[in-house]
Amino acid sequence: MDSTVRRGVIRDALGIGIATGAYALSFGAISTAAGLSLLQTCALSVLMFTGASQFALVGVVGAGGSVWAGAATAALLGSRNALYGVRLSSLLDRTGWKRAAAAHFVIDETTAMAIARESVPESRFAFWTTGAAVFTLWNLGTLIGALATHALPDPKVLGFDAAPPAAFLALLAPRLRAREPLAIALAAGVVALVCLPFVPPGVPLLIVAVLVAIYGIARSGR
Amino acid sequence: MMWAGVLVACAACYALKLAGLSLPASVLQDARVQRTVPLVPVALLAALVATQTFSTGHHLVVDVRTTALIVAIGMVFLRAPFLVVVASAAATAALLRLL
Repeated sequence: MDSTVRRGVIRDALGIGIATGAYALSFGAISTAAGLSLLQTCALSVLMFTGASQFALVGVVGAGGSVWAGAATAALLGSRNALYGVRLSSLLDRTGWKRAAAAHFVIDETTAMAIARESVPESRFAFWTTGAAVFTLWNLGTLIGALATHALPDPKVLGFDAAPPAAFLALLAPRLRAREPLAIALAAGVVALVCLPFVPPGVPLLIVAVLVAIYGIARSGR
Repeated sequence: MMWAGVLVACAACYALKLAGLSLPASVLQDARVQRTVPLVPVALLAALVATQTFSTGHHLVVDVRTTALIVAIGMVFLRAPFLVVVASAAATAALLRLL
């Protein structure tokens, strides 16, 4: 691989790492404001390492839902990473500890970087470089955000309860570029609010997940 | 209890990532899976936006978070970075509570 390509990949990986690090600041802050300890917040970024799922877990807990409803929502949001794995499996090592290690890095950013390259060695280099940059800065950002929020007396005064919906909106927006996802998003919002008074907190999300799965399966037959 | 939920969720998310790299491609290339899985985050994120903006416990409410969401939507339209979207929503809620 030539050194210009290598330098280009490293530069892009650092750029993505810095952007996700900034986004991790808000995760650390929201998680701490939701009532998770510093160690629990950092454990999520080290061990779960997939942004939308982490935001969902702490969002559900922060809104008074059980951690299990949050965990189920996080896992459902993590299902897309399995599809990324399918696209990456021909590019990465198929066996042994390297595959087990690579799996932890299978996220939106590393997939986008790896599949954009021209050859298998370049894809692998892009995958591991982006994974390392994002992992380092994501965890650093989480720690700083959590420590800063830990020092605050009352996070609600600072509008921290309005932060999670904005975070979910920013994650959702890039997925709404066609009519169908926009319609699904609006329907999901309405269904969740209609169910909300009658079921435990967090459960409306699971109802929405079941309904969208039924819709997706029914539509794919045609 | 919180720790148990956190660790189980982490294990589940890792298992999904590993499954993608390990399962035979035919399983995950099934048309129903390919069609349905990308819709799940759209529906869940939208439901999260709705419930976390318009409810407190079991009650539907319209409060400063509604204004904060409108500001966040404006920021998304302006293609503001993630942190700016989140911070402007939080700042809007904080300011309205001060008034």
